[in-house]
Amino acid sequence: MTLNVQMFIKKYILYCRLDGELDQHTVESLRIRVTELIDKYSIQYLVLNFKNLTFMDSSGVGFIIGRFNRLKQKKGQIILCSLNDNIKRIVYLSGLNKICIIKNTEEEVNNYLGVA
Amino acid sequence: MKNYFKLTFLGILPNVTFARGCVVSFLMDLDLNLTYVNEIKTIVSEAVTNAVVHGYENREPGDVILEVYLEDDVMKIVVEDFGVGIEDVQKAREPLFTTKLQEDRAGLGFTIMDIFSDELDVESTVGKGTKVLITKFLKFNKRDE
Repeated sequence: MTLNVQMFIKKYILYCRLDGELDQHTVESLRIRVTELIDKYSIQYLVLNFKNLTFMDSSGVGFIIGRFNRLKQKKGQIILCSLNDNIKRIVYLSGLNKICIIKNTEEEVNNYLGVA
Repeated sequence: MKNYFKLTFLGILPNVTFARGCVVSFLMDLDLNLTYVNEIKTIVSEAVTNAVVHGYENREPGDVILEVYLEDDVMKIVVEDFGVGIEDVQKAREPLFTTKLQEDRAGLGFTIMDIFSDELDVESTVGKGTKVLITKFLKFNKRDE
């Protein structure tokens, strides 16, 4: 697999630290795991840490839009952090920046969510 | 400078990663700006994903052909499948159009290919397959004279 994901939960927040490449192939297992955890642990905020993510295409955008629609019903949010320039470009081209909160680091995310 | 490669592989998802890797290896020797490399990588990823996910949807996966031609500062990328074909190419190219809304597809594949390329042509025949032709003009980093 070309994507490794480290996941952990703090209160109602699911953190995913992505390492590798996010495409249609690698997004499938991520989608299943994230969807399961969101339902099981009443997750309201999804934090996607892209620090070690080297590549993302429109499959990743589709995944984020899908999770956004799900979390919106719970008045939740998706927060993206540590985007490299290539991924930032995809995020802004696709308009994900309009539906997600974008932060520079995971520390900033924690401050934003008040769980520092 | 002239170079090319032509590759045939089975239209399954793990080969999207493989195709991307091939094109990046091919570009490695060309002193290209990293933004270009990433754009080309993304174009190939989107086109091959389309071939696999749409071309061979609900049927036995068949061949996908990836061709990359380079002549001086012009790069041509061709991705071809022999699957279901696209009924309405113009509609398929519209931003946010997707036939797979329930499956979290963004409908942005063609849009991203459009933005990252200089020319994009799609030839498709229902029941025969789809061929996507992309042209990209490159700028090389200055080499020492």
